[in-house]
Amino acid sequence: MENIVSHHTDHHEEHEAHESIKIDGFWLFLVSDVLLFGALFATFIVLRTHYAEGPTSQDLFDVKEFTIETFVLLTSSFTSGLATLEMNKGHVKSLITWLIVTALLGATFVGFEIHEFSGMVSEGYKMSTSAFLSGFFTLVGTHGCHVSLGLIWMIGLIIQVARRGFTPVTERKLSIISLYWHFLDAVWIFIFTVVYLIGVM
Amino acid sequence: MKHIESRQASHGSTTSYIIGFVLSILLTILPLWLVVNHVLNRTALIVTIMIMAALQFLIQLLFFMHIRESEKPRYNVLAIILGIVFVITIVGGSAWIMTFNSQVQ
Amino acid sequence: MEPKFKISHFFIHGDPLILGADVSIGIATVMIIFVLTYFKKWKWLWKEWLTTVDHKKIGIMYVIAALLMLFRGGVDALLMRTQLALPNLKVLLSEHYNEIFTTHGTIMILFMAMPLIFAMMNIVIPLQIGARDVAYPFLNAISFWLFFFGAMLLNLSFVIGGSPNAGWVGYPPLSELQFNPGPGENFYVLAIQISGIGSLATGINFLVTILKMRTKGMRLMDMPLFTWSVLATSILIIAAFPVITVTMLLLFLDRFAGAHFFTMTHGGDPMMYINLFWIWGHPEVYIVILPAFGIFSEVTSVFSKKVTFGYTSMVVSMMLISFYAYFTWVHHFFTMGAGAGVNTFFAVSTMIIAIPTGVKVFNWLLTMYQGRIRLTEPMLWTIAFIPCFAIGGATGVMLSIAPADYQYHNSYFLIAHFHQVLIGGTVFGMFAGLTYWWPKMFGFKLNETLGRWAFWLWNIGFYACFMPQYALGFMGMTRRIYTYGWDMGWAPLNLISSIGAVIMGIAFLFQVWEIAYSVKYGERDTTGDPWDGHTLEWSLPSPAPKYNFAVLPEVHGRDAWWKTKEAKERGDYEEKKQELEPIHYPKNSGIPFILSVFFFIAGFGFTFEWVWMGALGLLGVAICLIVRSFQYDTDYYISVDEIKETEAALRGEV
Repeated sequence: MENIVSHHTDHHEEHEAHESIKIDGFWLFLVSDVLLFGALFATFIVLRTHYAEGPTSQDLFDVKEFTIETFVLLTSSFTSGLATLEMNKGHVKSLITWLIVTALLGATFVGFEIHEFSGMVSEGYKMSTSAFLSGFFTLVGTHGCHVSLGLIWMIGLIIQVARRGFTPVTERKLSIISLYWHFLDAVWIFIFTVVYLIGVM
Repeated sequence: MKHIESRQASHGSTTSYIIGFVLSILLTILPLWLVVNHVLNRTALIVTIMIMAALQFLIQLLFFMHIRESEKPRYNVLAIILGIVFVITIVGGSAWIMTFNSQVQ
Repeated sequence: MEPKFKISHFFIHGDPLILGADVSIGIATVMIIFVLTYFKKWKWLWKEWLTTVDHKKIGIMYVIAALLMLFRGGVDALLMRTQLALPNLKVLLSEHYNEIFTTHGTIMILFMAMPLIFAMMNIVIPLQIGARDVAYPFLNAISFWLFFFGAMLLNLSFVIGGSPNAGWVGYPPLSELQFNPGPGENFYVLAIQISGIGSLATGINFLVTILKMRTKGMRLMDMPLFTWSVLATSILIIAAFPVITVTMLLLFLDRFAGAHFFTMTHGGDPMMYINLFWIWGHPEVYIVILPAFGIFSEVTSVFSKKVTFGYTSMVVSMMLISFYAYFTWVHHFFTMGAGAGVNTFFAVSTMIIAIPTGVKVFNWLLTMYQGRIRLTEPMLWTIAFIPCFAIGGATGVMLSIAPADYQYHNSYFLIAHFHQVLIGGTVFGMFAGLTYWWPKMFGFKLNETLGRWAFWLWNIGFYACFMPQYALGFMGMTRRIYTYGWDMGWAPLNLISSIGAVIMGIAFLFQVWEIAYSVKYGERDTTGDPWDGHTLEWSLPSPAPKYNFAVLPEVHGRDAWWKTKEAKERGDYEEKKQELEPIHYPKNSGIPFILSVFFFIAGFGFTFEWVWMGALGLLGVAICLIVRSFQYDTDYYISVDEIKETEAALRGEV
């Protein structure tokens, strides 16, 4: 028993080191995700003008809709940052509030995207219409899947924090999800520019 | 409590988040405005909005993801830089290599 | 959606070879179940192996799986060589031949070479850098099981549904639904996808392990060269594997959802697949060769009793290779016709990457120069590697000359080239590593006499098999043809080549014998340092206890263990008595195994495009992940008493 007591502080530090190493790994995961999106962007750019018999990007994209989408996601990135600030201050309740706001904004974003996609499909513009649409649906859809997975993850994390408060483990998880969320916004900037802005040019 | 205090200094402040947010909004609206109003010719426009996107990416990294504030040595900065070099290679390389059959379409 | 595949696609019939495989798989399964039940080993299997998160055990499972896959891929190779031994043979039908060369390539690269490398990484890296485990032991277990079930999914295709038959590269439009309506290509796509996730996680895991978990005092430039090579490989894995994930996803969407990425109609571009495939594929070549370079560096140094010549240049050239590897991919498809500018750029970049490789060869030679060389089995493999790889490298430079490549492309010249670098480089390297670290894994040495038999048979077989293929390439024999006529004049060389393949098959049997014999009669390693090694793994007992180091060592400079031994000899070694402390250790977990089973179910479902089954599998995966996320009691402390007991037992003090 003595042994355990005397080593308790050491263990605590060891635990912290153990948690911070997971953040390092997550950065590397993000780099691999950058490359994943890089390959999707490369494909989209190469096939961008392969409209075949299908619609062109000017026919499809609605400036108003994708602008709103962009601002919703950008704001959610900001609110997730505010959540991190609350974590640093040690406020569990306001942290959870900001996380819920972030998740709601994320869900709104996904809702817009589903609306956009289903609108296109109902007009008969599907993945199988042209190489351009295959590239579009896959690139934007992969980003949408990332956001949706992030939502599930965030909900799980809200439950964990509500139950356990701040521990080295929950703090590490919160740091990671906020990195993930900012990262998804960063990817969207390029989708916004390369897919939508250049698309409607 | 110790770990909470030690982290406080290293994770940015409300001000930095607000600055980042405002800059991001500006860098979103500006290219949108340029594109909608056809201010520049096509090539110049593409270059300009790509630069703005890159800047906004940088803002996310610096103001939101606090990449500068990680422990030294900053392997994650190295990793991100290497990742970006590789992404530019994939995207630029593919576009260059595949131009040969653009006339096919 | 109406399922494209019905139960009638399920079982393949009509081919005696496949029927034989069906029967033998059935018998083997029944026997394994019987043996496990009879000896009451189910619980042991589950507790000690299936749920383990110990990097050493995971490494051993990688070895076993990889050797099984080597056998499977080797049988494929022998079947092909039998078919080609003489003109107009009918051992394999053309369709079956297509399947065999596809699975041979896929298995040998992804399910043999990769896991052997992961085996070496897992077994050695934490021991070499003075760590107690990898950075993420749980993730490490997931990586292994994803690889394993990915491999099983591909192997299943042989007896259920039909194997992929579009080559290991799976180029569209041949691999598209239009020309390949069966489930075979789906097996290929999903098997690569599942094991690819595991590989990516391994890359991240080991990069963090090496960067963050080195023991006190070990700077980057103090690391053993094998550790450096794994660092370089991990960087490439992280950079390259996401691209193959995307490539396979897009091909799958073409086949499953009717997308038009690589189709011939609706604006699809098959060339884009080739481009994406090799953005991954070329780094992949270096992913499998760099760790072999690391092993050769360790082996030459230890068995010449010298420090590695030009350590810094070794490190620099490995890092340069891992960077350049990303800029050469077009040399795999010069003949696509991308134009003079593109081909010139990639021809030059390919030639440049040969330079650091050449630097390394000279360093190995100069390490051996004036050394006291011991011709042990690992050293033999290393010495055989150098000329073999030099020839392979030289023919590689020939291939890199873009205009000349129009002549060599997809001929047997190319086949001979890449087998020379993959067998002469990667496989010989892994054999050197296996024999070198075998005592560390199992506590006994492999029998040298049988090892020499295997070594010479491998080498004779290798040159007999592949040297004629260079000539056959020049004579116009292209890869993937399943038969040829007497009038081509290829018969004598093909026969020699096939005989060489059989000799390599016999060599493999000698290795199996070597292992079986040594289990019983092999020299036991009681010191933990059977080779008089230089690096930290040899400071531990063989096999190492689960926590590796009872007290983490503190090192100063390179070759830490060698220096310690020298200091002890001189008598100026001060052993610092350090208090034992409880060791933080991860608990075993069944989740990696179960999660991978669900991935397998999902993969199988999507292969047959049974969406309900695919969705069920993915749901299982999601549940596993959520359950894990809510687990907080994942580690424990090994008490000081337990460490004392283990250490005493290991040093024979009980």
